[in-house]
Formats: sequence, C-alpha cells, structure tokens
Amino acid sequence: MKRTAFLLIGATVAFATVAAAEVIAPDDVVFNDDGSVSTSLTGVAGDTENGQKVMVTKSLGNCVACHQVTALDYAAFHGNIGPSLDGVGDRYDEATLRGIVINAKRTFKDSMMPPMYKTSGFIRPGDFKGHSVPNPPSILTAQQVEDVVAFLQTLK
Amino acid sequence: MKISNLHRLVQMAATASVAMGLAVSAHAQEEPKLIINGEQEMITHAIPPAYIDGLSESISGWVFRTKETQALELDDFDNPGMIFVDQAQELWDKEMGPENKSCASCHGDVSSMKGVRTVMPKFNEKAGELWTLEDYINDSLTTHMGMEPWGYTSTEMTAMAALIGNQSRGMPMNVAIDGPAAPYWAKGKEMYYTRTGVLELSCASCHEDNYGNYIRADHLSQGQINGMPSYRMKNAKLNGIHARFKGCVKDTKAETYKPGGPEFHALELYVASRGNGLSVESPSVRN
Repeated sequence: MKRTAFLLIGATVAFATVAAAEVIAPDDVVFNDDGSVSTSLTGVAGDTENGQKVMVTKSLGNCVACHQVTALDYAAFHGNIGPSLDGVGDRYDEATLRGIVINAKRTFKDSMMPPMYKTSGFIRPGDFKGHSVPNPPSILTAQQVEDVVAFLQTLK
Repeated sequence: MKISNLHRLVQMAATASVAMGLAVSAHAQEEPKLIINGEQEMITHAIPPAYIDGLSESISGWVFRTKETQALELDDFDNPGMIFVDQAQELWDKEMGPENKSCASCHGDVSSMKGVRTVMPKFNEKAGELWTLEDYINDSLTTHMGMEPWGYTSTEMTAMAALIGNQSRGMPMNVAIDGPAAPYWAKGKEMYYTRTGVLELSCASCHEDNYGNYIRADHLSQGQINGMPSYRMKNAKLNGIHARFKGCVKDTKAETYKPGGPEFHALELYVASRGNGLSVESPSVRN
C-alpha cells in the first residue's frame, strides 16, 4: 500500500500537492463525543512495521516507557504506568485507538498519557532542556500516528 | 489509576495489619530498615499531615531504590555524599572573605545547626519572605562575612546544605505551613497539581498517582525531599532540592523555573510538608 502511494506521488506533482494538503493538522482534528477520531490523519494506510519502531524508540512514541506490550518484548524495560496493550486491537476499534493516540484525555479524562498529536493549549511548553518552546511540534507526525494505530490493531 | 488505587489499598492493609500486630515480621521482611552506621534508625514511613489529602502514607525515596543503592546509605564510609560533607566541614572552619571570618567564628561547632534542616524552608520575618537553607547560608556570607553569595546550586552551597542537614539526621521534618507561610504553601500546592509541558504531566501524575510503578526502568518514588541533598549515581555528585526540581520539570518537556526563584521556593515548602514526619537523611544516596 505504501509503495503504491509512493509510486502515485512520484507519478504526478498534482497528486502530491493534493496528498500533502489532505494531512489533518493537530488543531483541525475532529473528535467524536467519545474522544474517537474517525478520519485518517493522512489518508495513507498505516505501516505496522514503522508503527512498532515508533513505539519502542525513545525519541519518538516511547510507548513502552509506560505500557507493557508482549509483541515488543525485544525492547528492554517496559513500564507499567499505563495498561498493557496486549489485545488492545480487540478491545477498541480503529477510530477509538486513533483518538487515544492523538490525545488520550479526550477519551479518558484523567489519563496521564501525554498527547501525541497536539501543538497548542499547553501550560509552559518547552523542550527536554527546560527551555521555553511557545509553539512546540507534535510528538508524532500525522503518519506516525497512523502507523502506530495500524500496529495497535494487530494486537489481538 | 486503577493500579495506584490498588497500590494504596495494599499499603493501607499493610499499615492496618502492623497496627493490629498481625504481620509485623512479614512487613519487616518486605521493607528493609534504614539504620545508619548500625545505630541510627531513620523514619522511612510516616502518616502524612492531615492537610495532605493525596497520600495515605509518606515514604522515603530510599525505600524505592535497589538493594545495592540502599546499601550505600547504611554506612557513612560507603556513602559518597559524605565526601562532600567533609569538604563542607573544612569550609565551615575556614576563615574567608574580607573580614576573615569562618562560619565557626559565629556559630561555633557545626552541631549548633542541629534541628535547622527540619524546619526549612521557613518564613523569615526580617526579610518578609520564605527562606530556604541556601538563603540562610548566603545571608551569612553576604551580611556577616562580607562575601559574594554562592551560586544557588553551586558545589559549595550544596555541600554546605548537606553538612548542615547532616546535623539533623534522624530528626523528623517539621516545616510550618501556617501564618505567613500559608500563601507560599498554597502556591506550591497549585504548582504540584498543575499539568505542564508538552507531556502535560504534574508532579502528582508521577509522584502521587504512580509511585511504586515504573516508567521504563525508572522506579517512581513519592519525590520526597527529606533526604536532600542527595548523592545521585546518575551524575556522581550531590544534588540540591531546586536542581532536582529543575530536572523533573525538564523531563516533562516544560519551561523550567529558576533554581532559587520564587516558584521553586513555594514548591519546596509544599513538597517538604508532604514529608513532615520523615527523617532528615542528608546526604541521602539515590540513583
């Protein structure tokens, strides 16, 4: 699927322009009442392999810092702040998973989970050096969110 | 959330069992005691003051560390923080500055500082503001010794805080939060529960809701400061309270506050009050 999209983008500049415009920016994400997000952020199907990489990489999602995931046992030291993600693909549908990854507090009000796709509304946003960053980038890109959502759906 | 509730239930059950005298030996096995130099037992578990509504028990950070790290605090010869205490002892006795005075010139033996750490930070009537131990040290240097102040998180400052703190080792923390200290405490409490930074984490997210749990390999403690300054394996030096606060804030991808600044003063008072009843351990050993 990814290769197909790549070929298509390579084929016509016009298509590439349209595809780029279709990425939903963090401030434009539409949440359903239950916190789920029905529409893909990019329109490009998620890459489960890359989703895994995002989940175990400290500088990206670092999901295993707080969640135990048996399928990702090869990465050392899973945390236990959040619930285990084993079987999460059975418990939640795609839209719910997407909403939780984007901003879990829309689904679970008191969740400790940091929002992965949010760029505004922070108190004293900064970087890991403690410097002020008034307009911080989202932790994950739109496609990385889709990749993680795709991988989570495989956890059954 | 469920995990931490369960954790608390288990804690409360354990406390209740001990109170009823049913499981004293089992409890002792699970929870090693912090007895320094084989003679001085630290209070590592305490009932928090009634005004702390988020904790059923105050627990020293020592309890959350590995056996290997815990062992280093059991004996002053093994405690790397004591090297800095010894250095500060030399400073205490050294005549410095234009007036050629030492700390000892006015205060005599450093044992005269016994009890001081337990009530820090406290409202200073003359200055009309909340003062930390570091503020009192700098006031002595500038007002009485004619010297420039030490950097708030400098090596000398942190070592001196450890030496003075060490005189109170074993005594329970007992900061006052009422009277003129009340507004500082309220501000500190508000900071403690405010979720800041790109990760939207408050102090409470980790140190109240999730102590005992793990973020990756990091075993979360209650973030108590009764052991400060702490020798940390991570940076192989003594760490003062505000420097540690700064590190925590940075970890949440938030704009930090200045060590020695008004925000961390307020936060220090609030966090210290959460540990009222725990022994001063200065200098503690952590990872």
